[in-house]
Amino acid sequence: MLSFNILVSICLIYVIILFMVAALAEQRAQKNKLSFLHSPIVYTLSISVYCTAWTFYGAVGSAARNGLEFFAIYLGPTLVFIGWWWFLRKLVRIGNTQRITSIADLISSRYGKSNLLAVVVTLLAVIGTTPYIALQLQSLTLSFAVFTQKNANAPSSAITALFIAFGLAAFTVVFGTRNLDANERHHGVITAIALEAIVKLIALLSVGIFVVWFVADGPTEVLANAERMLPKTTGVFTPRWVTLTFLSGAAIICLPRMFQVIVIENDAEKHLATASWAFPLYLFLMCLFVVPIAATGLEILPEGSNPDLFVLTIPLAMGQEAIAALAFLGGFSSATSMVIVAAIALSTMVSNHIVLPLWLRRVQARSPESDDVRSILLRSRRISIVGILGLGYLYYQFTGGTSALASIGLIAFLGVAQVLPALSFGLFWRNATRTGALAGIMVGFTIWAYTLFLPSFDGSFILTNDIMENGLWGLSILRPHALFGINIPDPLVHAVFWSLFLNLFAFVTLSLMTTPKPLENLQALQFTNVFGMSSQRHMPSSISTSEDLFVLAQRIVGRTRAARLFEQKAKEQGKPHGLPDPTSEFIITLEREFAGSVGAATAHAMMAQISGRETVSVEELIAVADETAQVMEYSARLEKQSTELAETAKELRRANNKLTKLSQQKDDFLSQVSHELRTPMTSIRSFSAILMNDGEIDREQFARFSSIINDESQRLTRILDDILDLSFLESGKVKLNLQVKNMGEMLEQSITASSTSYDMSNVDIRLSKKFHDVKLLTDADRLTQVFINLISNAIKYNNKPKPIIKIDLAETPDYITAIISDNGPGISEGDREIIFEKFSKLSSGGAASGVGLGLSICAEIMRNLGGNISFKPSDSGATFEVKIPKKTDNHDAR
Amino acid sequence: MSKSVLIVEDEPFILEALSFLLKREGLNVVAFTDGDGCVEHIQSIKPDLVILDMMLPNRSGMQILEDLRAIDNFSNLPVLMLTAKGQKKDRAAAEQAGVSLFMTKPFANKEIIRNVHRLLGI
Repeated sequence: MLSFNILVSICLIYVIILFMVAALAEQRAQKNKLSFLHSPIVYTLSISVYCTAWTFYGAVGSAARNGLEFFAIYLGPTLVFIGWWWFLRKLVRIGNTQRITSIADLISSRYGKSNLLAVVVTLLAVIGTTPYIALQLQSLTLSFAVFTQKNANAPSSAITALFIAFGLAAFTVVFGTRNLDANERHHGVITAIALEAIVKLIALLSVGIFVVWFVADGPTEVLANAERMLPKTTGVFTPRWVTLTFLSGAAIICLPRMFQVIVIENDAEKHLATASWAFPLYLFLMCLFVVPIAATGLEILPEGSNPDLFVLTIPLAMGQEAIAALAFLGGFSSATSMVIVAAIALSTMVSNHIVLPLWLRRVQARSPESDDVRSILLRSRRISIVGILGLGYLYYQFTGGTSALASIGLIAFLGVAQVLPALSFGLFWRNATRTGALAGIMVGFTIWAYTLFLPSFDGSFILTNDIMENGLWGLSILRPHALFGINIPDPLVHAVFWSLFLNLFAFVTLSLMTTPKPLENLQALQFTNVFGMSSQRHMPSSISTSEDLFVLAQRIVGRTRAARLFEQKAKEQGKPHGLPDPTSEFIITLEREFAGSVGAATAHAMMAQISGRETVSVEELIAVADETAQVMEYSARLEKQSTELAETAKELRRANNKLTKLSQQKDDFLSQVSHELRTPMTSIRSFSAILMNDGEIDREQFARFSSIINDESQRLTRILDDILDLSFLESGKVKLNLQVKNMGEMLEQSITASSTSYDMSNVDIRLSKKFHDVKLLTDADRLTQVFINLISNAIKYNNKPKPIIKIDLAETPDYITAIISDNGPGISEGDREIIFEKFSKLSSGGAASGVGLGLSICAEIMRNLGGNISFKPSDSGATFEVKIPKKTDNHDAR
Repeated sequence: MSKSVLIVEDEPFILEALSFLLKREGLNVVAFTDGDGCVEHIQSIKPDLVILDMMLPNRSGMQILEDLRAIDNFSNLPVLMLTAKGQKKDRAAAEQAGVSLFMTKPFANKEIIRNVHRLLGI
């Protein structure tokens, strides 16, 4: 058996190593050799303070008692780190830009730098954390006891706990209060914590590997044991399971020590990226062997052994003292790292939000700069650390070994989770107010204390058994485990539900009902919009002299730091040898610097005091901020309008182009019309003048000229008719006179009409008989007009001695096509493209009397009828195809 | 010997009216109805005056005029352009190309006879 003395020696040596590591890290930090300290791995490892002795030893105990339930405690943080990195990132960004010193400081700062809120959160954190520290002390003394069971010389557990508490206090004081500025990282402590994280992991993995491969016979047997020995869980998504996952997820953000390592000690935002996978991996490794150890312990150790100590007792039972000692160091590391970080976080809160404001009030009559704020802060912080550990020790003394302590882990989680609504909503919801936050936290805290914390004393503290049974004042709706008569069997689920629900309800309702103060408004803007803001730019102008500021700064941040700040500012302002002007921007910087030491609320109060004003012209500030918001909104609106305008302009340009083109077309058309009308008018005018003025012409000439005048007049009329017809067809207002008609009849009519003006003696028109079998629903007059035009052209332009015109039929499922071909001169290749255009004068048909509108009209008619007309190139003559849609209405199309 | 006038016109009735009017004035009238080959025809018959239509099949009166002015012996040949296209820009283009006189259709018989006489110097 490992003797107690050897164990103590091991611990001492370990602690000395930790001291050395911390001291070395501090040294390097001061020389600015921070490359290793700035690594994301150190950051990730430091986050493992989440795994306390409660998880180190307790996870196995939990697995032995409740099966896989312990897993939820690891799942919550994993989900937060993987799924909520954006939330953590915002938190870290705010922590850095606002120089936040603690979770109480963050919430106070968010809600208008309210000190009352900071005090409430601090008290909540102290009340939630003290039992947790006691739990660590208990774990340590219990683990010591395992080694000293048969040792009469061993001191009592109370003495052990006292020593441990004292040692931890010393370590924390030495490394936790070296820098006053809580925002300046505690490199020594964090490095030591990272080392402890590695020890924890190695210890648990060693025990796990030992258990699986040396005690049991490999994973298969272990799993079989687990199946047999461990309690069955009743399914994963039970209310308790979900509650535990949620609670542990909330805890990773809200626990003061977690906030300390994740937000305050964060060096670079990008470390979160590494932590988002590395920390879940760490958790995974930490819980990898929990089930095997629990199962094997239940299997091989005598009944009634404390499963919380399996990690130690299994190696001891197997005579592996080295592994047991390593496991002990793992537990020791878990407990000490938690206590150290928690003590730092809490002491910062207590001294910044409780001690310092009280002192400020005491010295208010005098000027604050007359006392050395710096030494007071350091002293108060050291005393706080000792006080917090003392509280933990006292708590352990009074409740040690009782069930009140065993279940304290989850109780503490829920206690600190009461800040979650105020914290998370504060980051995203601008209208959340101080009153709402205060009310939510107090309501949640009260419900938590009443339904979970106080009942954990089993009737021995404040809540009597009578109240537990019958409710406060005998009102059964106030029974601590069944509020409002709603019976939720699991007290934890019950407490989580009611405390957080009523917390959130009070928070949201009161936030909606109250109007935030100007400073709250400003802070809300800075927090919710932290990614959109470069830095705060405006601040009141009139304030005390630079000398006053310098004295104050010296007191708070120390002589060297203050001198550096002022010199740098002076240089920036172009006054390298004097004091900088107390510009608003400089005052902001200073206040933020001070906030890094004493918290936002206190720093604000100090600046207000020195400026001689209660509120440092916050209204001005808000006016500026609001104005900025308005300007931004206005410019967004302008931008939108200008986009719309650009769009409209584009449309107008398009319309204008189209109109210009149309206008050009109209001009061309008018010019062409004028030309077409002038030609016959020229002949008419000339010949009529000859007839009028000259008596010398003979009869024959008289007849000839008169007939020309007559012909040309008719031509004029025809042109006008065609133009009107075409413009009517193009207008789209054509009303078709649809009727069913036999195509053969239509074509025969067309041939007759075409023949009247020509000598038909030699013309051979061959109409296909098939047309007489086709009936069409169409506008027969319009279609006939097309046929007449085509047949007339075929006759008119045919120069063969024996003109032949063939009219054939082709049919597709949807169309009837009339193919009109002749043996005339055809249409030259160059002209084929323009024949359907208006006023197209064909080179080959120069002598003809056509105006060039006929085929345009045909094309327009066919368009109106839903068909088309096209020219088909062929070897000889011209071939036109007229395609007419078959109508399949009720009328028979065929 | 009477002076000769070449009328280039594709509209038969207008050609007929012009021929009637000018022949009655004792002029020697020759007709041509196509843009193609017109310049060569002018070169071969060497008329004293050309009455030129603007819109001709195959080759416009404007092009014929430009070609004509590019030939040494014909740079001073009187050319009366007669067109139904009476727009200002057509007149300007014709004057640019070196037309002797630009008249629009329909025309007054007396005016065209007077102008022909003037251009022929009689």
